[in-house]
Amino acid sequence: MLGLQILIDGFAISALYGLGAIGFTLLFGVSGVLNLAHGGILLVSAVVAWLLADQIGAYGGALAGLLAGVVMAFATYLLVVRPIQRSRAIPHEEKEIFVLTGTLLWGIMIQEVVAYFTTTSPHTVRPLVAGVSVIAGVRTPTNQLLTAVLCWAAIGLMWLLVNRTRAGKALLAASINPRGLTLLGFELQRIYLLVWAIYGVLAGTAGVLLGAFLGVSSENAGTLTASAFSIVVLGGLGSVGGSLLAAYLVGYLETITAYLISPSLRTIPALLLLVIVVYLRPQGLLGRR
Amino acid sequence: MRGLLRSRLFWIALLVLVIAAVLPLGVSGYVLGLLTLAYYFGVFAMAWDLLFGFAGEVNFGPTFLVGLGAYGAGILNSETGLPIPVCVLFGAGLAVAGGLLLAVPALRLSGPYFGLVTLVAVLLLQQMVTVFAKQTGGEIGLTIPDVLSIDDTTNYYIALGFMAISGFILFGLSRSALGLILQACGQDPVEAQALGFNVAKHKLAAFCVSALFSGLAGAMLVFYLGTASPGTVIDIAVGVQVIIAAVLGGRRTILGAAVGAVVLIVAGEVLRPLGQLSTFIVSAVALPAILLMPSGLLGVLMRQRG
Repeated sequence: MLGLQILIDGFAISALYGLGAIGFTLLFGVSGVLNLAHGGILLVSAVVAWLLADQIGAYGGALAGLLAGVVMAFATYLLVVRPIQRSRAIPHEEKEIFVLTGTLLWGIMIQEVVAYFTTTSPHTVRPLVAGVSVIAGVRTPTNQLLTAVLCWAAIGLMWLLVNRTRAGKALLAASINPRGLTLLGFELQRIYLLVWAIYGVLAGTAGVLLGAFLGVSSENAGTLTASAFSIVVLGGLGSVGGSLLAAYLVGYLETITAYLISPSLRTIPALLLLVIVVYLRPQGLLGRR
Repeated sequence: MRGLLRSRLFWIALLVLVIAAVLPLGVSGYVLGLLTLAYYFGVFAMAWDLLFGFAGEVNFGPTFLVGLGAYGAGILNSETGLPIPVCVLFGAGLAVAGGLLLAVPALRLSGPYFGLVTLVAVLLLQQMVTVFAKQTGGEIGLTIPDVLSIDDTTNYYIALGFMAISGFILFGLSRSALGLILQACGQDPVEAQALGFNVAKHKLAAFCVSALFSGLAGAMLVFYLGTASPGTVIDIAVGVQVIIAAVLGGRRTILGAAVGAVVLIVAGEVLRPLGQLSTFIVSAVALPAILLMPSGLLGVLMRQRG
């Protein structure tokens, strides 16, 4: 019984972690950007969905939250990342640390604005569906099941887009050899815009679902970024499959710890696992060197 | 040493120091308290700059070393009541041990991977403080029986002297042969090795020195504040501030990091009447500042002179 409970709870939370981390890893794989404002973007989508759910209903709110994620992703790219990438004053080998510092500051700005307008108390987005379902004797909120389904739907759509369309294949090529792609006549700038758009949709969806499932507060923007970053590194930077595997490992480790040991220790085993993996296999579980 | 005496920067720094030393004659205890905090912060930032600017190690967790020093000293003092200097040295020793622990992965990993290890180290330390709440005081913080001094002016001079000595040593190191070799190791380890320098040894030394000063500053800060809490010495937000201070002040300058720290802390305080928005404004100013002058405040000043 408890085992089944852990299995179901862990599945949903892991799917959510996977969705939250997958955009982050895609962005790194294609454009080499580690976006430390990730948590801030999730936060904005969740808060927008929460604010608007009362006026235009749960579905309208969720859609608005998704849209907010896309807008924030473009704002991050156009206002912070692109100026750094194009700056001539910043030496090439230091772009990475500047993108990190820049997005970090941007994330703090987002977080502070959200805190100013909606306080630091946690908000829970109104669930898309109400009620409780019973699976093999385990009572689970229907919204939790819907979350898992929607997460996998979004991940599946992204997979189709990347592997089955021309634009997606160009994206994949950019992650392997950007110079070769430019030689073939593709505009790299457009590909970057596309990847930021996909990232925005994924982050927006993850933010709204997260807000409905666990609730968000402006204070966890940093924690959200850190956990997405950990999952991505555990799986291997830039490897989508690795991120999903890592999301499930972390999700189940946390759920098992919370149920069997103590909820206050839930993050420790996952952090230890991360340290061990980084020491022994720095490229991550499924990463390439 | 002769080169140091001839450099213009040294004399400017000395002038600033003299001005800072006569400051207690003219300003209130409130301002002194603020600057005291800023000076300890300056040492955090300078120690970080040695590791990042010179050795090229992306350290996202300066507060891991600071926190070890702070809690090491604080716990020893509250458990055994040993005198402050012993506790400070113990904290610094613990930080150096932590630095060595970090150096092991740093020799194998690079860039973002190592950055993540440091980030996780901070998260783990924070969790440990919560788990061993009986000894560490948990989230609320540890109250420490001894304090450095209850007098604002004395505290101010201790912090100023500590920052000046740390700055002198770190700046001297960065301008010495060791600093140059470190810079070479950070920028191109393969070539540095080919030239016959022991990269591992130099990086290890950089970690030890950076950890020593971070730990010392953390321990001193705890005895100044009379309390140690995750929010003041471990939290990632504190580490982020250290990084912003160093980048804003100017990387690879050591002294710039201290300037950045003072600017950041004072700006945060000046904007305090705005309440919650003060952090927003500090970041909103720091972001374009970093974009427009990537070499930092001191870097821009030095370029205009030279």
